[in-house]
Parts: sequence; C-alpha cells; structure tokens
Amino acid sequence: MNFNFFVIKLVRALLTLGVVITFTFVVLMLSGDPIENLVGDDAPPEVVEYYTIKYGLDRPLHEQYFSYIGAIMVGDFGVSFSDDTPALELVLEAIPKTIQLGLTAFLVSLAISIPLGVTAALHRNKPIDRFAMSFAVFGFSIPNFFFGICLILLFSLTLRILPSSGSDTWWHLILPVITLATHEAGTVVRFTRSAMLEVLNKSYMRTAKAKGVPRRPRIQWHALPNAAIPIVTILGLRLGHLVAGSIVIETVFAWPGVGRLLVNSVTSRELAVVQAILIIVATTMVFANLFVDVMYSWIDPRVRTGGAADKE
Amino acid sequence: MIKPILRLVGVGSAKTVSDGLPAKETKFPLLVLISFAFLFMLAVIFVFADFLAPFDYREQDLLNRLKAPVFLGGDWKFLLGTDELGRDILSRLLFATRFSLLVAFLGTSIGAILGTFLGFVAAHFRGLVEEVIMAMVDVQASLPFMLIALAILAFFGSSFILFIFVMGIYGWEVFARLTRGMVLSANTDGYAVAVSSLGATPGRIYARHILPNIISVLIVQFTLNFPQTILLETSLSFLGLGIKPPLTSLGQMLGAGRSHLLLAWWISVLPGAAIFLTTLSISIVGDWLRDRLDPTLRGRQG
Repeated sequence: MNFNFFVIKLVRALLTLGVVITFTFVVLMLSGDPIENLVGDDAPPEVVEYYTIKYGLDRPLHEQYFSYIGAIMVGDFGVSFSDDTPALELVLEAIPKTIQLGLTAFLVSLAISIPLGVTAALHRNKPIDRFAMSFAVFGFSIPNFFFGICLILLFSLTLRILPSSGSDTWWHLILPVITLATHEAGTVVRFTRSAMLEVLNKSYMRTAKAKGVPRRPRIQWHALPNAAIPIVTILGLRLGHLVAGSIVIETVFAWPGVGRLLVNSVTSRELAVVQAILIIVATTMVFANLFVDVMYSWIDPRVRTGGAADKE
Repeated sequence: MIKPILRLVGVGSAKTVSDGLPAKETKFPLLVLISFAFLFMLAVIFVFADFLAPFDYREQDLLNRLKAPVFLGGDWKFLLGTDELGRDILSRLLFATRFSLLVAFLGTSIGAILGTFLGFVAAHFRGLVEEVIMAMVDVQASLPFMLIALAILAFFGSSFILFIFVMGIYGWEVFARLTRGMVLSANTDGYAVAVSSLGATPGRIYARHILPNIISVLIVQFTLNFPQTILLETSLSFLGLGIKPPLTSLGQMLGAGRSHLLLAWWISVLPGAAIFLTTLSISIVGDWLRDRLDPTLRGRQG
C-alpha cells in the first residue's frame, strides 16, 4: 500500500473533521447567549456571572476554541438542558438501535439490488431488465416517509399484521427496513446495472469471448471483478444516504435511534445533543469514506500506483 | 445563450443532435409524454392556484371536518375531502404544490448560481482560492446534507428566510465541482485561447463564450438537483422543521395528516402521492433529456 496515498487521504479526512468542529463552534457562538438560555433573561447579574465563569465564557475566544476541541477529544459534549444527562450518553444509548436498523436495511438492499442489477445487465431489454429499471425508478423517486406511511396504512392499520411503531421485537424491524432498503436498492440496482453494462462492452470481454472462454467463467472472472470497483465506491458513499434516510424513517416509525433523537433535539433546541450527533456522525462518515478509499486502492491497483487520477 | 437550451428541449436543431446516429424510432415514449403532461399541469397549478382553488387554503369549516373525498362517497362540495379543521384538501393541495415548487425552485437556483460562480472563481484564480473552495466542496459532499440542514435549523431556530438559505446551500457543491472541471478544460480549448489572444477580458470570455458552452450540462444538473431539493423540503417540512402553518407545503400537509391516518388517510396520502408523482415525472423527463443530450450515452445504448 502506497504510504503517500494513505497520508494524503488521512490529512483530508482530518481537515474535514476540523472544519465540522470549527463550524459547530462558530454557530454555537453565534446562536445566542447560552447563559441566557440556561437561566432566563431576568436572572440576577451574580447568577449570570457565576455561570459565565463556570463555563469559561469570560475567556478569550481562541482559548475557548481550544478548550472546546479538547473537551470533544475526551468525549465531553456538554449536558442536555432538560435533565442534565451528558449528551454523549444519550447518543451512545441510541446508536445500537440505529446500527441495527441501518445495517439490516443495507444488507437487505444489497441482497436484492446486486443480483438484480447484474441479471438486468446480462439480459438487457428483456422483461427482467425492464422490471429492474422500473423498480429502480420507483425506489429512487418515492419519498421514503411517504412510502413508510403507505406501509403503515396497509400492514398496520388495514391488515393489522405488523406493528407500526417502537422497537421491542424483530417484527418492529420489518416495515422500517422495507422502507429504507427499497430506496437504497433503487439506486444501487441502477448503478450496478450500468457498471456491469460498461464492463460487458469492454474490449477485453470481446477478447475473452474470442479466445473461447465459456460464458460463465467469462462473467465470473472477467466481468464481475471489474464491475465491482465502481460498485464498492458507491456503496461507501451510500452510507451517508442511509444515515440521512434513517433520520426521517426513525421518526415515522418511532424507532428510538439517533435519527429520532436528532429530530427531537432540534425541535426542543437541545444544542449539546445536536452538536454531539453532528460530530459523531461526521467522524463516522469521514472514516467510512477513508476506509472506502483504501479499499478502492486495494481492489484497483491503478489508483495507488497513480495510473488513474487521484483527484476525482 | 438560447441555442443550447433549444437543443436541450430538442427544438430546431434536431439534426445536430442526431448526427451520425441511427434515428430513434419513438421520439416521445408514452411515459415521457405523460410525465410532460403532468409537469405541464404542475406549471398551470403553479401559476393559477388562486383561480383553480375552490376555497382559501386557510379557510376552516369546523362543521365539515374529516369529510371523505368524492371517490369514497364524499360531498361534491369538497372534491378531495377535508382535513381535521374542515379545510378543503383540494385547495390546500393546490397551494401546497405551488409553495413546494417555489421553495424548491428558489433553493435549487440559489445553489446552482452560487456553485457555478464559485466554480468559475476556483478555475480562474487557481492556487489557494481553488484549494479552499474545493475543500469546502469536499466537506459538504462527505456529509449527508440532511444532517447539516438540521444542525443549522437547530442552532439558529427555524425561520422562513433561514429555511430558504438552507435549501440554497444544498447542492451547490455539485455545481462548483462540475463548473470548475469544465472551465479548466475550456480554458485550454482552442476557442477560448483564440478569443483571449484577440484581447477579450476574462470576464467576457467566461460570460460570452465559456458559459454558453457549458450551460447545457448545468441545466441537466439542475434537473437532477431539483427533485432532490423537493424531497429535502418535503422531508424537513414533514418533520415540522421547514414550512410551518399557516403556510403550507406538501410535506407539511403530509406530516400534519399523519395523526389522522386511521380516520382519514387521504389527508396525508394525497400530498404524498403529489410529491411522488412530481419527483417521478421530473426524473423520467430528466433521464430522457440526458439520453438525448449525451452522445456518449446514446452510443453505448445504440
């Protein structure tokens, strides 16, 4: 593995995180007087002064900035206004639920979309291809909150066979997973199909055919590995969409994960919790992207030897 | 300026579009026609919502709450039924559609203009300016925008102006990246070099020569971003963090109707279907436009 390549990617990742943390610091500073929010605007001056010194708000800005970064490094994001629980604790409590939902949806969407996309490419313009493309357009265009509500209406309120909210049993997982996975699968089917089509049209595929390689090994050993490269990249990027999708879906299905916590915190303006989620999710995303970049260069040697363009 | 747009719509210069390629059998597939018709209907609603709506969208009629639509045996007075405050859903739907489209259009346009401008700036100055702009592009591209939007709304409290601003910074990074790339390559192209050696100023070259050459790509990108912006607006309004009563948008209607799902599903399903059909038709028309516009894509399919 090329060392320089890795260092550049790592520096970029850290830079992105730095921007996010600076952003939250700046907006926290701009978003109004935190002391006033805490004690109310008719509090006596001594109380205001007490809290100003307690939270270090009397110190110069750059000092506050560095102590802010220091606090984040050790996982101190402040406490929730309503019950003094550390913000980090609230988020950590919600994370397993989000992973449970997101990962299941991701795996289900892969299990559907990759075979479907490959099959569609191999049978171009056949009914299966049309079906795959219709499914892709449907999954891509339907707003996931609307789809979720339709599922609730059908399976929970009309047929009464599946629960519509909560996370107590595995049954509760079914509807949110279908909702999230359909949207995911729609995008990935389309992408897999076009990646596969592109590879099938390459001249090495013709060469393989000409030298007499049978169809099956030709697809298995020549087409699939090459089509996998762009697919792996897009899967890494999809992670962010999954997070974004789960924000809304968790609210629709009252699923007690990070997404619902975030929406509730935004509504009640629990800034400590919002910034904790923002920074934690950003860190996860940035390192996931880094991981994908490394994977990418491992799958495709051209990237790390500098044969292909490194910037975009 | 006008020529690329005409080419995009497929008017006038059809010959240049299909040069050297087998003629398409069906110029307008049925689905594309239906989508065009639907988009045309949206345009009519957008302009004439006041004349089409039988009631004011805020007008309450508490005696006529949760009435069913006509197709479920409701009253002809309220074609699509009424909501929990007895407001006429058809009228609300018309105004909500107008408002959602307006917000999405404003948002996408702000993003497109800002991004294109920054793309030009990056390509013109290179060096540090370019690095900073592209770093910002990277940051925004590596985070789900929903998260950024929610953070901004949480920190500054949601107001209408802020909401439009949030919609405006959505998607700018795509335009910035696209524009920078195209301007960089155009700057070394023969025509730009020729005009510049004739003594034209950079501003003139960019505005009169390079922009008209790249605008078709930017318009296609616009059609890609527009439905995404609609989805963003409706999601945020659905969560109660975007457009708020007394104003209404499709997402706001859907979110508010959720609590009456059991008694009156049409309150939320009708605006939801409107969002779905809108994004669907824009995607279908957009795909069709791209296929016609992008010769490499057509070559691969033909």
